[in-house]
Amino acid sequence: MYAQMVKSTGKGVQSRNEMSPEDRAFQDRIDRGEKIEPKDYMPPSYRKTLIRQIGQHAHSEIVGQLPEGNWITRAPTLERKANLLAKVQDEAGHGLYLYCAAETLGVSRDELVEMLHSERMKYSSIFNYPTLTWADMGAVGWLVDGAAIMNQVPLQRTSYGPYARAMVRICKEESFHQRQGYHIMIRMAKEGTDDQKRMAQDALNRFWYPALMMFGPSDKDSVHSAQSMAWRIKINTNDELRQKFVDETVPQAEFLGLSIPDENLRWNEETGHYDFSEPDWSEFFDVISGNGPCNAERLSARRKAWEDGAWVRDAMLAHARKAQNKSKAAE
Amino acid sequence: MDAAQKPLFEFLLRQGDNALVLGHRTSEWCGVAPILEEDIALANMALDQIGQTQLWLGYAAEVEGAGRSADDLAFLRDVYDFRNLLMLEVPNGDFGRTQMRQFLYDAFQVPWLTQLQNSTDTRVAEIAAKCLKEALYHLDRSSHTVIALGDGTAESNKRMDEALAFLWPYSGEVFVDDETDHAMATAGVAPLLSEIKPLWLETVQTVLVQACLTLPEGDYAQKGGRTGFRHTEHLGHMLAVMQTLQRSYPGATW
Repeated sequence: MYAQMVKSTGKGVQSRNEMSPEDRAFQDRIDRGEKIEPKDYMPPSYRKTLIRQIGQHAHSEIVGQLPEGNWITRAPTLERKANLLAKVQDEAGHGLYLYCAAETLGVSRDELVEMLHSERMKYSSIFNYPTLTWADMGAVGWLVDGAAIMNQVPLQRTSYGPYARAMVRICKEESFHQRQGYHIMIRMAKEGTDDQKRMAQDALNRFWYPALMMFGPSDKDSVHSAQSMAWRIKINTNDELRQKFVDETVPQAEFLGLSIPDENLRWNEETGHYDFSEPDWSEFFDVISGNGPCNAERLSARRKAWEDGAWVRDAMLAHARKAQNKSKAAE
Repeated sequence: MDAAQKPLFEFLLRQGDNALVLGHRTSEWCGVAPILEEDIALANMALDQIGQTQLWLGYAAEVEGAGRSADDLAFLRDVYDFRNLLMLEVPNGDFGRTQMRQFLYDAFQVPWLTQLQNSTDTRVAEIAAKCLKEALYHLDRSSHTVIALGDGTAESNKRMDEALAFLWPYSGEVFVDDETDHAMATAGVAPLLSEIKPLWLETVQTVLVQACLTLPEGDYAQKGGRTGFRHTEHLGHMLAVMQTLQRSYPGATW
């Protein structure tokens, strides 16, 4: 999940009696499964929450280029290099669709980027972990994209039209990425040398719990989640999605011959699900609040890129204005 | 590989290494471009170059007939066996220099690949036709970018002027014909590079005028990339990064 702990009103779900007639009509549209479009009426808090959520998702795609970009120059074959380049390019493309979706809500991309750089907006905690070996490219594709898909597939049915439509395109590409990542793991863990197997296990050890954290803490007590679910901008609870992820991933790890780093992991006949250990939530809160292994580096890389590129953006704009003036003068 | 095939192998390495080295340098921009659209565009350019590398080096490996693959050629040769232009291996510098380099190269690739389509070697002709489609698009983009940045602001003009001054001495070696080029010309595989130079210069001049930039005067040329005689110090560092996994884990498949 690329959007974690998105704040909504903070007051829990508004009851129908508390709603204005307009808000009640709006909620009725959502309950009927209608899509909300940019020019339609929407409560200011719905708009604000969506901007937070879509913005955070977009920022995650952009910052998410960095841990994988770290391996593009070291990819081991021409084909792997091309695949990884294409993947990172897709992510930049996802960022672009999502910023466009956010812009339909009345916020500019530049404003959103500024909020990321000034730490007033967040991105997914997962991208604050380092990528240390080539197996991490496999683990990121398999686990991180895998976890993202769990959340994004239901979001194709989210209530806000432009967000839902962006998600349709994104999901197609994400599932391709997930398969690519898993293929790297097969090559290394099942067919590889002892060194490669060791790398694959090490990558799983490091990414397992951070991947579980991607779904966010248990939201049974979260007032934000409840409101977002009523608005259908969040479809499932964090715990439901995390369980689904574990249930699907454990057999995949078994197929690879890798062990999940959790001694409490076991199939529960009664529930029909795997029991598993919770991640260390204090680590999650550290990472979310800026103290993860790579937070400072990721943010400074993004800020530096933005600052170094200022002269390019200024020049492009100046050139476009000159060209516009010339064509006006010619009329 | 019999002696008659050696110039063809050499010729193919030159095409493939250009694409590989430029693709690698371009890929270094991943995630840190001036604007999101450029992140996407640069990744696309790098991707095209890596695709072209697979075609040229794949054919080179076949011609060599020594059981090596395109990957072996890319990841297991050392500096002195590389045949790329020096211009493509020097560090990217700022975004302006990266774009100027791309433009100078694209302005060469378009007339070059156009003529390679008529090669007597049908594989060369086919690969050239495929690469040309991409090169035309690359040239369109890089000329527009060079014009916009040259014309944009006083600062951007200054940066582009510096980029051109830095790259200009490296452009000379592109058009110096040697034994390999003469052998290819005689066999009808490729035209002489000296015949391409006027076409290149015409494009360069046209674009630089619109970019409010002047063609540098000096004609001193840095040489040694495409012959492999003397690369810059930068190539070794680039290969150290690029080849690290293949070198560290010999025989592993990825």
